[in-house]
Amino acid sequence: MNKKELVAVIIIVALSLIFYFGIKQPIVFSSTVSYIITALIGLVLLYIFIRTVGGKIFGRRTVFLFVGIAVVLPFFMTIKQPIKSSPEVKSLYDAVLALKPDSKVLVSFDYDPPSAPELQPMAESFFMLCFERDLKLIIMGLWPQGPQQAEMALQRAFLEPDIAAKNLKYGVDYVNLGFQTGNEFVIQRMGSSFKSMFQTDYYGTPYDDIPLIRNVTNFSNIDFVFNLSAGYPGTVEWVQVAVDRYGVKLGAGNTAVQAPQMYPYLRAGQLVGLLGGLNGAAEFEKATNIIGKGTKFMVSQSFAHVIVIAFIIIGNAAYFLGEKRREENKPNQTGMNNQPGAN
Amino acid sequence: MRREIPLIITAFVGIVFIIQYFIPHYPFNRLNGWFSDWFSIIGACAIWLGALNLMKISADRVYRKKRDWFYSVVIIVSFLMITIIGFAGGPDFRDYGTGFDWLYRLVYTPLSATMFALLAFFVASASYRAFRARNLEATLLLVAAFIIMIGRVPVGDAIGKVLHLPESIMPSQIAGWIMGYVNAAGQRAIMIGIALGIVSTSLRVILGIERAHLGGD
Repeated sequence: MNKKELVAVIIIVALSLIFYFGIKQPIVFSSTVSYIITALIGLVLLYIFIRTVGGKIFGRRTVFLFVGIAVVLPFFMTIKQPIKSSPEVKSLYDAVLALKPDSKVLVSFDYDPPSAPELQPMAESFFMLCFERDLKLIIMGLWPQGPQQAEMALQRAFLEPDIAAKNLKYGVDYVNLGFQTGNEFVIQRMGSSFKSMFQTDYYGTPYDDIPLIRNVTNFSNIDFVFNLSAGYPGTVEWVQVAVDRYGVKLGAGNTAVQAPQMYPYLRAGQLVGLLGGLNGAAEFEKATNIIGKGTKFMVSQSFAHVIVIAFIIIGNAAYFLGEKRREENKPNQTGMNNQPGAN
Repeated sequence: MRREIPLIITAFVGIVFIIQYFIPHYPFNRLNGWFSDWFSIIGACAIWLGALNLMKISADRVYRKKRDWFYSVVIIVSFLMITIIGFAGGPDFRDYGTGFDWLYRLVYTPLSATMFALLAFFVASASYRAFRARNLEATLLLVAAFIIMIGRVPVGDAIGKVLHLPESIMPSQIAGWIMGYVNAAGQRAIMIGIALGIVSTSLRVILGIERAHLGGD
Protein backbone atom coordinates (compact mmCIF):
# COMPACT_ATOMS: atom_id res chain seq x y z
CA MET A 1 0.00 0.00 0.00
CA ASN A 2 1.60 3.29 -1.07
CA LYS A 3 1.27 6.66 0.63
CA LYS A 4 -1.63 7.88 -1.54
CA GLU A 5 -3.66 4.73 -0.93
CA LEU A 6 -3.01 4.95 2.81
CA VAL A 7 -4.24 8.57 2.87
CA ALA A 8 -7.35 7.54 0.89
CA VAL A 9 -8.10 4.72 3.34
CA ILE A 10 -7.63 7.03 6.35
CA ILE A 11 -9.99 9.63 4.81
CA ILE A 12 -12.64 6.95 4.09
CA VAL A 13 -12.40 5.55 7.64
CA ALA A 14 -12.54 9.06 9.17
CA LEU A 15 -15.58 10.00 7.07
CA SER A 16 -17.30 6.74 7.98
CA LEU A 17 -16.71 7.39 11.70
CA ILE A 18 -17.92 11.00 11.39
CA PHE A 19 -21.07 9.87 9.58
CA TYR A 20 -21.68 7.00 12.02
CA PHE A 21 -21.12 8.85 15.30
CA GLY A 22 -21.64 12.50 14.31
CA ILE A 23 -24.87 12.32 12.33
CA LYS A 24 -27.74 10.73 14.21
CA GLN A 25 -30.58 11.54 11.82
CA PRO A 26 -30.52 10.23 8.25
CA ILE A 27 -29.65 12.94 5.74
CA VAL A 28 -32.46 13.58 3.26
CA PHE A 29 -32.31 16.29 0.62
CA SER A 30 -35.58 18.00 -0.26
CA SER A 31 -36.92 17.62 -3.79
CA THR A 32 -35.69 21.12 -4.72
CA VAL A 33 -32.15 20.43 -3.47
CA SER A 34 -32.22 17.04 -5.21
CA TYR A 35 -33.14 18.62 -8.55
CA ILE A 36 -30.52 21.35 -8.09
CA ILE A 37 -27.84 18.69 -7.45
CA THR A 38 -29.03 16.77 -10.52
CA ALA A 39 -28.85 19.92 -12.62
CA LEU A 40 -25.33 20.66 -11.31
CA ILE A 41 -24.17 17.16 -12.23
CA GLY A 42 -25.68 17.67 -15.69
CA LEU A 43 -23.87 21.01 -16.08
CA VAL A 44 -20.53 19.48 -15.06
CA LEU A 45 -21.05 16.70 -17.60
CA LEU A 46 -21.82 19.35 -20.24
CA TYR A 47 -18.61 21.16 -19.26
CA ILE A 48 -16.64 17.91 -19.64
CA PHE A 49 -18.22 17.41 -23.06
CA ILE A 50 -17.35 20.93 -24.20
CA ARG A 51 -13.76 20.57 -22.91
CA THR A 52 -13.49 17.21 -24.69
CA VAL A 53 -14.65 18.81 -27.94
CA GLY A 54 -12.01 21.46 -27.29
CA GLY A 55 -9.32 18.78 -27.18
CA LYS A 56 -8.94 18.01 -23.46
CA ILE A 57 -9.04 14.31 -22.66
CA PHE A 58 -10.43 13.26 -19.29
CA GLY A 59 -9.04 10.16 -17.59
CA ARG A 60 -10.78 7.17 -16.08
CA ARG A 61 -10.58 8.69 -12.61
CA THR A 62 -13.13 11.30 -13.71
CA VAL A 63 -15.45 8.46 -14.79
CA PHE A 64 -14.95 6.70 -11.45
CA LEU A 65 -15.73 9.91 -9.57
CA PHE A 66 -18.94 10.47 -11.50
CA VAL A 67 -20.11 6.87 -11.18
CA GLY A 68 -19.43 7.10 -7.42
CA ILE A 69 -21.44 10.32 -7.19
CA ALA A 70 -24.24 8.86 -9.35
CA VAL A 71 -24.58 5.82 -7.13
CA VAL A 72 -24.17 7.44 -3.69
CA LEU A 73 -25.93 10.82 -3.91
CA PRO A 74 -29.36 9.46 -4.92
CA PHE A 75 -29.55 7.65 -1.56
CA PHE A 76 -30.04 11.06 0.03
CA MET A 77 -32.30 12.48 -2.64
CA THR A 78 -36.07 12.77 -2.79
CA ILE A 79 -36.83 12.04 -6.41
CA LYS A 80 -39.84 10.07 -7.49
CA GLN A 81 -39.71 8.08 -10.69
CA PRO A 82 -42.67 6.61 -12.54
CA ILE A 83 -42.13 2.83 -12.37
CA LYS A 84 -44.16 0.79 -14.84
CA SER A 85 -44.44 -2.99 -14.69
CA SER A 86 -43.29 -4.72 -17.87
CA PRO A 87 -45.32 -7.64 -19.36
CA GLU A 88 -42.88 -10.30 -18.05
CA VAL A 89 -43.19 -8.93 -14.51
CA LYS A 90 -46.97 -8.64 -14.75
CA SER A 91 -47.30 -12.23 -15.94
CA LEU A 92 -45.29 -13.47 -12.94
CA TYR A 93 -47.48 -11.42 -10.61
CA ASP A 94 -50.64 -12.74 -12.31
CA ALA A 95 -49.37 -16.32 -12.02
CA VAL A 96 -48.97 -15.90 -8.25
CA LEU A 97 -52.37 -14.24 -7.95
CA ALA A 98 -53.95 -17.17 -9.79
CA LEU A 99 -52.79 -19.60 -7.09
CA LYS A 100 -55.42 -20.60 -4.56
CA PRO A 101 -54.76 -20.13 -0.82
CA ASP A 102 -52.72 -23.00 0.68
CA SER A 103 -51.08 -23.72 -2.68
CA LYS A 104 -47.52 -24.94 -2.30
CA VAL A 105 -44.83 -22.70 -3.76
CA LEU A 106 -41.25 -23.93 -4.02
CA VAL A 107 -38.66 -21.15 -3.95
CA SER A 108 -35.08 -21.98 -4.89
CA PHE A 109 -32.39 -19.55 -3.75
CA ASP A 110 -29.57 -20.02 -6.22
CA TYR A 111 -27.40 -17.03 -5.44
CA ASP A 112 -24.98 -15.68 -2.86
CA PRO A 113 -24.28 -12.27 -1.28
CA PRO A 114 -22.54 -10.63 -4.28
CA SER A 115 -25.84 -10.78 -6.18
CA ALA A 116 -28.00 -10.01 -3.17
CA PRO A 117 -28.44 -6.26 -3.93
CA GLU A 118 -30.37 -7.25 -7.07
CA LEU A 119 -32.04 -10.49 -5.98
CA GLN A 120 -32.76 -9.93 -2.30
CA PRO A 121 -35.44 -7.25 -2.93
CA MET A 122 -37.16 -9.73 -5.28
CA ALA A 123 -37.03 -12.45 -2.62
CA GLU A 124 -38.46 -10.13 0.03
CA SER A 125 -41.37 -8.87 -2.05
CA PHE A 126 -42.11 -12.37 -3.37
CA PHE A 127 -42.26 -13.75 0.18
CA MET A 128 -44.50 -10.92 1.29
CA LEU A 129 -46.86 -11.47 -1.63
CA CYS A 130 -47.02 -15.22 -0.96
CA PHE A 131 -47.69 -14.74 2.75
CA GLU A 132 -50.34 -12.14 1.99
CA ARG A 133 -52.01 -14.61 -0.36
CA ASP A 134 -51.80 -17.42 2.27
CA LEU A 135 -49.55 -19.54 0.08
CA LYS A 136 -47.30 -22.18 1.64
CA LEU A 137 -43.59 -21.69 1.02
CA ILE A 138 -41.03 -24.45 0.60
CA ILE A 139 -37.56 -22.95 0.43
CA MET A 140 -34.36 -24.58 -0.80
CA GLY A 141 -31.01 -23.68 -2.35
CA LEU A 142 -28.68 -25.08 -4.97
CA TRP A 143 -26.04 -22.57 -3.85
CA PRO A 144 -24.53 -23.02 -0.36
CA GLN A 145 -25.41 -19.50 0.78
CA GLY A 146 -28.91 -19.56 -0.71
CA PRO A 147 -30.83 -20.77 2.36
CA GLN A 148 -29.08 -18.14 4.51
CA GLN A 149 -30.26 -15.46 2.07
CA ALA A 150 -33.76 -16.94 2.36
CA GLU A 151 -33.61 -16.63 6.15
CA MET A 152 -32.71 -12.95 5.78
CA ALA A 153 -35.61 -12.39 3.39
CA LEU A 154 -37.97 -14.15 5.82
CA GLN A 155 -36.80 -11.94 8.70
CA ARG A 156 -37.52 -8.89 6.54
CA ALA A 157 -40.97 -10.18 5.54
CA PHE A 158 -41.92 -10.82 9.17
CA LEU A 159 -41.28 -7.14 9.98
CA GLU A 160 -44.37 -6.21 7.96
CA PRO A 161 -47.25 -5.74 10.42
CA ASP A 162 -49.79 -7.51 8.17
CA ILE A 163 -47.60 -10.57 7.88
CA ALA A 164 -46.57 -10.55 11.54
CA ALA A 165 -50.27 -10.49 12.44
CA LYS A 166 -50.79 -13.77 10.58
CA ASN A 167 -48.60 -15.51 13.18
CA LEU A 168 -47.10 -17.84 10.60
CA LYS A 169 -45.67 -21.09 11.89
CA TYR A 170 -42.47 -22.73 10.73
CA GLY A 171 -43.15 -26.19 9.32
CA VAL A 172 -46.81 -25.39 8.73
CA ASP A 173 -46.80 -22.21 6.65
CA TYR A 174 -43.20 -22.24 5.45
CA VAL A 175 -40.16 -24.44 5.62
CA ASN A 176 -36.50 -24.06 4.71
CA LEU A 177 -35.04 -27.30 3.35
CA GLY A 178 -31.53 -25.86 3.14
CA PHE A 179 -28.77 -26.43 0.62
CA GLN A 180 -28.16 -29.59 -1.34
CA THR A 181 -25.09 -30.12 -3.49
CA GLY A 182 -25.44 -31.73 -6.92
CA ASN A 183 -26.62 -28.87 -9.15
CA GLU A 184 -29.19 -30.04 -11.76
CA PHE A 185 -29.05 -33.59 -10.41
CA VAL A 186 -30.79 -32.30 -7.28
CA ILE A 187 -33.67 -31.03 -9.44
CA GLN A 188 -33.75 -34.30 -11.34
CA ARG A 189 -33.90 -36.35 -8.13
CA MET A 190 -36.61 -34.06 -6.75
CA GLY A 191 -38.66 -35.06 -9.78
CA SER A 192 -39.01 -38.53 -8.27
CA SER A 193 -38.48 -37.82 -4.56
CA PHE A 194 -37.96 -34.62 -2.58
CA LYS A 195 -37.06 -36.65 0.48
CA SER A 196 -34.13 -38.35 -1.23
CA MET A 197 -32.44 -34.98 -1.58
CA PHE A 198 -33.62 -33.34 1.65
CA GLN A 199 -33.79 -35.92 4.41
CA THR A 200 -33.80 -33.12 7.00
CA ASP A 201 -34.61 -29.43 6.78
CA TYR A 202 -32.22 -26.50 7.36
CA TYR A 203 -32.46 -27.02 11.13
CA GLY A 204 -32.02 -30.80 11.10
CA THR A 205 -35.70 -31.75 11.53
CA PRO A 206 -36.46 -35.04 9.71
CA TYR A 207 -38.49 -34.61 6.51
CA ASP A 208 -41.44 -36.70 7.72
CA ASP A 209 -41.76 -34.66 10.93
CA ILE A 210 -42.57 -31.46 9.03
CA PRO A 211 -46.35 -31.17 8.46
CA LEU A 212 -46.06 -28.90 5.39
CA ILE A 213 -43.95 -31.32 3.34
CA ARG A 214 -44.89 -34.68 4.86
CA ASN A 215 -47.15 -35.39 1.89
CA VAL A 216 -44.97 -33.75 -0.72
CA THR A 217 -43.40 -36.51 -2.80
CA ASN A 218 -42.25 -34.76 -5.96
CA PHE A 219 -43.02 -31.84 -8.26
CA SER A 220 -46.55 -33.10 -8.86
CA ASN A 221 -47.37 -31.83 -5.33
CA ILE A 222 -45.99 -28.36 -6.06
CA ASP A 223 -48.21 -25.67 -7.59
CA PHE A 224 -45.59 -23.13 -8.54
CA VAL A 225 -41.81 -22.79 -8.52
CA PHE A 226 -39.92 -19.51 -8.25
CA ASN A 227 -36.22 -19.49 -8.87
CA LEU A 228 -33.85 -16.69 -7.90
CA SER A 229 -30.70 -17.19 -9.89
CA ALA A 230 -27.30 -15.58 -10.34
CA GLY A 231 -25.65 -18.20 -12.56
CA TYR A 232 -25.01 -21.93 -12.58
CA PRO A 233 -26.93 -23.84 -11.31
CA GLY A 234 -29.95 -21.63 -11.80
CA THR A 235 -32.90 -20.83 -14.02
CA VAL A 236 -31.51 -22.59 -17.10
CA GLU A 237 -31.24 -25.87 -15.15
CA TRP A 238 -34.69 -25.42 -13.63
CA VAL A 239 -36.15 -24.93 -17.12
CA GLN A 240 -34.27 -27.84 -18.65
CA VAL A 241 -35.08 -30.33 -15.89
CA ALA A 242 -38.07 -29.21 -13.83
CA VAL A 243 -40.10 -27.55 -16.61
CA ASP A 244 -39.22 -29.69 -19.62
CA ARG A 245 -39.25 -33.08 -17.84
CA TYR A 246 -41.72 -32.64 -15.03
CA GLY A 247 -44.01 -29.90 -16.36
CA VAL A 248 -43.43 -27.51 -13.49
CA LYS A 249 -44.84 -23.97 -13.69
CA LEU A 250 -41.77 -21.76 -13.25
CA GLY A 251 -41.17 -18.06 -12.65
CA ALA A 252 -37.71 -16.58 -12.23
CA GLY A 253 -35.81 -13.63 -10.86
CA ASN A 254 -32.38 -13.11 -12.41
CA THR A 255 -29.50 -10.68 -12.20
CA ALA A 256 -29.54 -8.03 -14.95
CA VAL A 257 -26.49 -9.66 -16.56
CA GLN A 258 -28.20 -13.05 -16.80
CA ALA A 259 -31.74 -11.93 -17.65
CA PRO A 260 -31.24 -11.52 -21.45
CA GLN A 261 -30.39 -15.26 -21.69
CA MET A 262 -33.83 -16.11 -20.29
CA TYR A 263 -35.92 -14.38 -22.97
CA PRO A 264 -36.00 -17.41 -25.31
CA TYR A 265 -37.51 -19.44 -22.44
CA LEU A 266 -39.94 -16.64 -21.68
CA ARG A 267 -41.02 -16.36 -25.32
CA ALA A 268 -41.45 -20.14 -25.52
CA GLY A 269 -43.67 -20.19 -22.44
CA GLN A 270 -41.21 -22.26 -20.39
CA LEU A 271 -41.02 -19.35 -17.97
CA VAL A 272 -44.31 -17.78 -16.89
CA GLY A 273 -42.62 -14.56 -15.82
CA LEU A 274 -39.24 -12.96 -15.32
CA LEU A 275 -37.81 -10.33 -13.02
CA GLY A 276 -34.63 -8.95 -14.53
CA GLY A 277 -32.18 -7.17 -12.24
CA LEU A 278 -32.97 -4.37 -9.85
CA ASN A 279 -35.41 -2.90 -12.36
CA GLY A 280 -37.36 -6.16 -12.31
CA ALA A 281 -37.41 -6.03 -8.50
CA ALA A 282 -38.72 -2.46 -8.56
CA GLU A 283 -41.38 -3.34 -11.13
CA PHE A 284 -42.49 -6.32 -9.05
CA GLU A 285 -42.69 -4.09 -5.97
CA LYS A 286 -44.83 -1.70 -8.00
CA ALA A 287 -47.11 -4.57 -9.09
CA THR A 288 -47.42 -5.95 -5.56
CA ASN A 289 -47.63 -2.48 -4.01
CA ILE A 290 -44.95 -3.51 -1.51
CA ILE A 291 -42.32 -0.78 -1.75
CA GLY A 292 -38.87 -1.97 -0.76
CA LYS A 293 -35.21 -1.70 -1.63
CA GLY A 294 -35.79 -2.29 -5.34
CA THR A 295 -37.74 0.94 -5.72
CA LYS A 296 -35.41 2.89 -3.41
CA PHE A 297 -32.28 1.86 -5.32
CA MET A 298 -33.75 2.59 -8.74
CA VAL A 299 -32.82 6.29 -8.51
CA SER A 300 -29.16 5.29 -8.16
CA GLN A 301 -29.53 2.87 -11.05
CA SER A 302 -31.11 5.56 -13.25
CA PHE A 303 -28.34 8.03 -12.41
CA ALA A 304 -25.63 5.44 -13.08
CA HIS A 305 -27.12 4.52 -16.47
CA VAL A 306 -27.37 8.16 -17.52
CA ILE A 307 -23.77 8.82 -16.42
CA VAL A 308 -22.48 5.81 -18.38
CA ILE A 309 -24.39 6.95 -21.48
CA ALA A 310 -23.03 10.48 -21.06
CA PHE A 311 -19.46 9.21 -20.85
CA ILE A 312 -19.90 6.95 -23.89
CA ILE A 313 -21.03 10.04 -25.84
CA ILE A 314 -18.06 12.03 -24.49
CA GLY A 315 -15.70 9.15 -25.33
CA ASN A 316 -17.05 8.97 -28.89
CA ALA A 317 -16.72 12.74 -29.27
CA ALA A 318 -13.08 12.48 -28.19
CA TYR A 319 -12.51 9.58 -30.58
CA PHE A 320 -13.99 11.22 -33.65
CA LEU A 321 -12.43 14.62 -32.98
CA GLY A 322 -9.11 12.90 -32.30
CA GLU A 323 -9.39 11.05 -35.60
CA LYS A 324 -10.18 14.31 -37.38
CA ARG A 325 -7.22 16.07 -35.77
CA ARG A 326 -4.95 13.15 -36.58
CA GLU A 327 -6.00 13.40 -40.23
CA GLU A 328 -5.31 17.14 -40.25
CA ASN A 329 -1.91 16.82 -38.54
CA LYS A 330 -0.78 13.73 -40.43
CA PRO A 331 1.95 15.44 -42.48
CA ASN A 332 3.40 17.12 -39.35
CA GLN A 333 2.83 14.74 -36.45
CA THR A 334 2.86 10.99 -35.91
CA GLY A 335 2.09 8.80 -32.90
CA MET A 336 -0.26 11.22 -31.14
CA ASN A 337 -2.35 9.43 -28.56
CA ASN A 338 -5.77 10.97 -28.39
CA GLN A 339 -7.59 8.07 -26.78
CA PRO A 340 -9.55 9.00 -23.65
CA GLY A 341 -8.44 7.34 -20.46
CA ALA A 342 -4.81 7.12 -21.51
CA ASN A 343 -3.76 9.01 -18.40
CA MET B 1 -6.37 -50.33 -16.60
CA ARG B 2 -5.89 -46.85 -15.15
CA ARG B 3 -7.41 -45.47 -18.33
CA GLU B 4 -9.79 -48.23 -19.31
CA ILE B 5 -11.80 -48.37 -16.06
CA PRO B 6 -12.61 -44.62 -15.99
CA LEU B 7 -13.52 -44.80 -19.69
CA ILE B 8 -15.88 -47.74 -19.07
CA ILE B 9 -17.49 -45.93 -16.09
CA THR B 10 -17.93 -42.75 -18.16
CA ALA B 11 -19.46 -44.63 -21.10
CA PHE B 12 -21.79 -46.68 -18.87
CA VAL B 13 -23.05 -43.69 -16.87
CA GLY B 14 -23.46 -41.58 -20.00
CA ILE B 15 -25.45 -44.25 -21.81
CA VAL B 16 -27.67 -44.85 -18.75
CA PHE B 17 -28.42 -41.13 -18.48
CA ILE B 18 -29.38 -40.94 -22.16
CA ILE B 19 -31.62 -44.03 -21.97
CA GLN B 20 -33.37 -43.00 -18.75
CA TYR B 21 -34.40 -39.70 -20.32
CA PHE B 22 -36.46 -41.61 -22.89
CA ILE B 23 -37.33 -44.68 -20.77
CA PRO B 24 -37.85 -43.45 -17.18
CA HIS B 25 -38.73 -46.94 -15.89
CA TYR B 26 -37.01 -49.75 -14.02
CA PRO B 27 -34.05 -50.37 -14.08
CA PHE B 28 -33.00 -47.08 -15.69
CA ASN B 29 -34.86 -44.88 -13.19
CA ARG B 30 -33.17 -46.76 -10.32
CA LEU B 31 -29.72 -46.40 -11.91
CA ASN B 32 -30.40 -42.73 -12.58
CA GLY B 33 -31.27 -42.25 -8.90
CA TRP B 34 -28.09 -43.98 -7.76
CA PHE B 35 -25.85 -42.04 -10.10
CA SER B 36 -27.50 -38.74 -9.11
CA ASP B 37 -26.93 -39.59 -5.44
CA TRP B 38 -23.31 -40.40 -6.19
CA PHE B 39 -22.96 -37.10 -7.97
CA SER B 40 -24.23 -35.30 -4.85
CA ILE B 41 -21.84 -37.28 -2.63
CA ILE B 42 -18.87 -36.50 -4.89
CA GLY B 43 -20.00 -32.86 -5.02
CA ALA B 44 -20.11 -32.64 -1.21
CA CYS B 45 -16.60 -34.14 -1.00
CA ALA B 46 -15.40 -31.71 -3.68
CA ILE B 47 -16.49 -28.75 -1.51
CA TRP B 48 -14.24 -29.99 1.30
CA LEU B 49 -11.48 -30.79 -1.15
CA GLY B 50 -11.70 -27.25 -2.55
CA ALA B 51 -11.60 -25.68 0.91
CA LEU B 52 -8.62 -27.78 2.01
CA ASN B 53 -6.83 -27.12 -1.27
CA LEU B 54 -7.32 -23.39 -0.77
CA MET B 55 -5.79 -23.71 2.71
CA LYS B 56 -2.84 -25.72 1.39
CA ILE B 57 -2.08 -23.24 -1.40
CA SER B 58 -2.48 -20.26 0.95
CA ALA B 59 -0.25 -21.83 3.63
CA ASP B 60 2.35 -22.59 0.98
CA ARG B 61 2.29 -18.96 -0.23
CA VAL B 62 2.80 -17.70 3.33
CA TYR B 63 5.57 -20.23 4.06
CA ARG B 64 7.47 -19.34 0.90
CA LYS B 65 6.75 -15.62 1.31
CA LYS B 66 5.49 -15.39 -2.27
CA ARG B 67 4.23 -12.12 -3.77
CA ASP B 68 1.21 -10.68 -1.87
CA TRP B 69 1.52 -13.45 0.74
CA PHE B 70 -0.24 -11.18 3.24
CA TYR B 71 -3.56 -11.77 1.42
CA SER B 72 -3.08 -15.50 1.98
CA VAL B 73 -2.81 -14.79 5.71
CA VAL B 74 -6.16 -12.99 5.47
CA ILE B 75 -7.67 -16.06 3.75
CA ILE B 76 -6.35 -18.46 6.40
CA VAL B 77 -7.43 -16.26 9.33
CA SER B 78 -10.90 -15.66 7.84
CA PHE B 79 -11.38 -19.35 7.06
CA LEU B 80 -10.35 -20.46 10.53
CA MET B 81 -12.34 -17.71 12.24
CA ILE B 82 -15.63 -18.49 10.50
CA THR B 83 -15.09 -22.25 10.91
CA ILE B 84 -14.37 -21.97 14.64
CA ILE B 85 -17.26 -19.54 15.26
CA GLY B 86 -19.55 -21.82 13.23
CA PHE B 87 -18.61 -24.95 15.17
CA ALA B 88 -18.74 -23.07 18.50
CA GLY B 89 -22.33 -22.07 17.71
CA GLY B 90 -23.46 -25.70 17.82
CA PRO B 91 -26.31 -27.07 15.69
CA ASP B 92 -28.10 -23.70 15.65
CA PHE B 93 -25.05 -21.77 14.46
CA ARG B 94 -26.98 -20.19 11.54
CA ASP B 95 -29.81 -18.81 13.68
CA TYR B 96 -30.54 -15.12 13.62
CA GLY B 97 -28.24 -13.25 16.02
CA THR B 98 -25.51 -15.89 16.41
CA GLY B 99 -21.84 -15.05 15.84
CA PHE B 100 -21.87 -16.86 12.50
CA ASP B 101 -24.99 -14.99 11.41
CA TRP B 102 -23.41 -11.72 12.49
CA LEU B 103 -20.30 -12.41 10.39
CA TYR B 104 -22.42 -13.50 7.46
CA ARG B 105 -24.82 -10.56 7.48
CA LEU B 106 -22.53 -7.74 8.53
CA VAL B 107 -19.11 -8.73 7.16
CA TYR B 108 -19.37 -11.28 4.38
CA THR B 109 -22.50 -9.89 2.68
CA PRO B 110 -21.38 -6.24 2.44
CA LEU B 111 -17.83 -7.20 1.41
CA SER B 112 -19.10 -9.50 -1.35
CA ALA B 113 -21.59 -6.90 -2.55
CA THR B 114 -18.81 -4.29 -2.59
CA MET B 115 -16.61 -6.47 -4.78
CA PHE B 116 -19.52 -6.98 -7.17
CA ALA B 117 -20.37 -3.27 -7.13
CA LEU B 118 -16.88 -2.43 -8.36
CA LEU B 119 -18.06 -3.81 -11.70
CA ALA B 120 -20.08 -0.63 -12.21
CA PHE B 121 -16.87 1.41 -12.19
CA PHE B 122 -15.03 -0.94 -14.52
CA VAL B 123 -17.96 -1.18 -16.92
CA ALA B 124 -18.34 2.61 -17.02
CA SER B 125 -14.62 3.13 -17.56
CA ALA B 126 -14.37 0.39 -20.20
CA SER B 127 -17.43 1.75 -22.06
CA TYR B 128 -15.93 5.25 -22.01
CA ARG B 129 -12.65 4.05 -23.47
CA ALA B 130 -13.70 1.29 -25.85
CA PHE B 131 -17.36 1.66 -26.90
CA ARG B 132 -16.90 3.40 -30.26
CA ALA B 133 -19.14 3.84 -33.29
CA ARG B 134 -16.28 2.76 -35.58
CA ASN B 135 -18.43 1.01 -38.21
CA LEU B 136 -22.05 0.06 -38.93
CA GLU B 137 -22.08 -3.02 -36.66
CA ALA B 138 -20.50 -1.14 -33.76
CA THR B 139 -22.94 1.75 -34.25
CA LEU B 140 -25.93 -0.63 -34.19
CA LEU B 141 -24.57 -2.19 -30.99
CA LEU B 142 -24.04 1.24 -29.49
CA VAL B 143 -27.56 2.42 -30.35
CA ALA B 144 -29.09 -0.80 -28.98
CA ALA B 145 -27.05 -0.44 -25.78
CA PHE B 146 -28.22 3.17 -25.38
CA ILE B 147 -31.87 2.19 -25.78
CA ILE B 148 -31.57 -0.75 -23.39
CA MET B 149 -29.69 1.27 -20.78
CA ILE B 150 -32.15 4.14 -20.85
CA GLY B 151 -35.23 1.95 -21.40
CA ARG B 152 -34.55 -0.41 -18.50
CA VAL B 153 -34.65 2.38 -15.92
CA PRO B 154 -37.63 4.60 -15.10
CA VAL B 155 -35.79 7.76 -16.10
CA GLY B 156 -36.07 6.62 -19.74
CA ASP B 157 -39.84 6.96 -19.80
CA ALA B 158 -39.61 10.16 -17.77
CA ILE B 159 -37.42 11.65 -20.53
CA GLY B 160 -39.85 10.24 -23.12
CA LYS B 161 -42.73 12.04 -21.42
CA VAL B 162 -40.80 15.32 -21.39
CA LEU B 163 -40.21 14.86 -25.14
CA HIS B 164 -43.94 13.99 -25.62
CA LEU B 165 -43.12 10.66 -27.27
CA PRO B 166 -46.08 8.43 -28.12
CA GLU B 167 -46.52 5.41 -25.80
CA SER B 168 -45.52 2.96 -28.54
CA ILE B 169 -42.04 4.46 -28.93
CA MET B 170 -41.28 5.11 -25.29
CA PRO B 171 -37.73 3.89 -24.42
CA SER B 172 -39.13 1.11 -22.19
CA GLN B 173 -41.30 -0.17 -25.08
CA ILE B 174 -38.42 -0.19 -27.56
CA ALA B 175 -36.12 -1.80 -24.96
CA GLY B 176 -38.76 -4.47 -24.32
CA TRP B 177 -39.04 -5.12 -28.06
CA ILE B 178 -35.26 -5.43 -28.45
CA MET B 179 -35.05 -7.83 -25.48
CA GLY B 180 -38.07 -9.89 -26.51
CA TYR B 181 -37.34 -10.25 -30.24
CA VAL B 182 -33.84 -9.22 -31.32
CA ASN B 183 -32.10 -10.45 -28.17
CA ALA B 184 -34.22 -13.61 -27.93
CA ALA B 185 -33.41 -14.52 -31.55
CA GLY B 186 -29.69 -14.05 -30.96
CA GLN B 187 -29.79 -15.96 -27.68
CA ARG B 188 -31.64 -18.83 -29.37
CA ALA B 189 -28.99 -19.08 -32.06
CA ILE B 190 -26.27 -19.16 -29.40
CA MET B 191 -28.17 -21.75 -27.33
CA ILE B 192 -28.72 -24.05 -30.31
CA GLY B 193 -25.03 -23.77 -31.19
CA ILE B 194 -24.00 -24.55 -27.61
CA ALA B 195 -26.45 -27.47 -27.42
CA LEU B 196 -25.06 -29.00 -30.62
CA GLY B 197 -21.54 -28.54 -29.26
CA ILE B 198 -22.51 -30.23 -25.98
CA VAL B 199 -24.11 -33.16 -27.82
CA SER B 200 -21.04 -33.76 -29.97
CA THR B 201 -18.61 -33.36 -27.05
CA SER B 202 -20.74 -35.66 -24.86
CA LEU B 203 -20.75 -38.32 -27.58
CA ARG B 204 -16.98 -38.02 -27.91
CA VAL B 205 -16.61 -38.43 -24.11
CA ILE B 206 -19.02 -41.40 -23.94
CA LEU B 207 -17.31 -43.13 -26.86
CA GLY B 208 -13.88 -42.51 -25.33
CA ILE B 209 -12.62 -40.33 -28.19
CA GLU B 210 -12.32 -37.27 -25.94
CA ARG B 211 -10.12 -38.12 -22.95
CA ALA B 212 -9.14 -34.68 -21.60
CA HIS B 213 -11.20 -35.29 -18.43
CA LEU B 214 -8.84 -38.13 -17.52
CA GLY B 215 -6.00 -35.65 -17.22
CA GLY B 216 -4.21 -36.69 -20.39
CA ASP B 217 -3.72 -34.90 -23.71
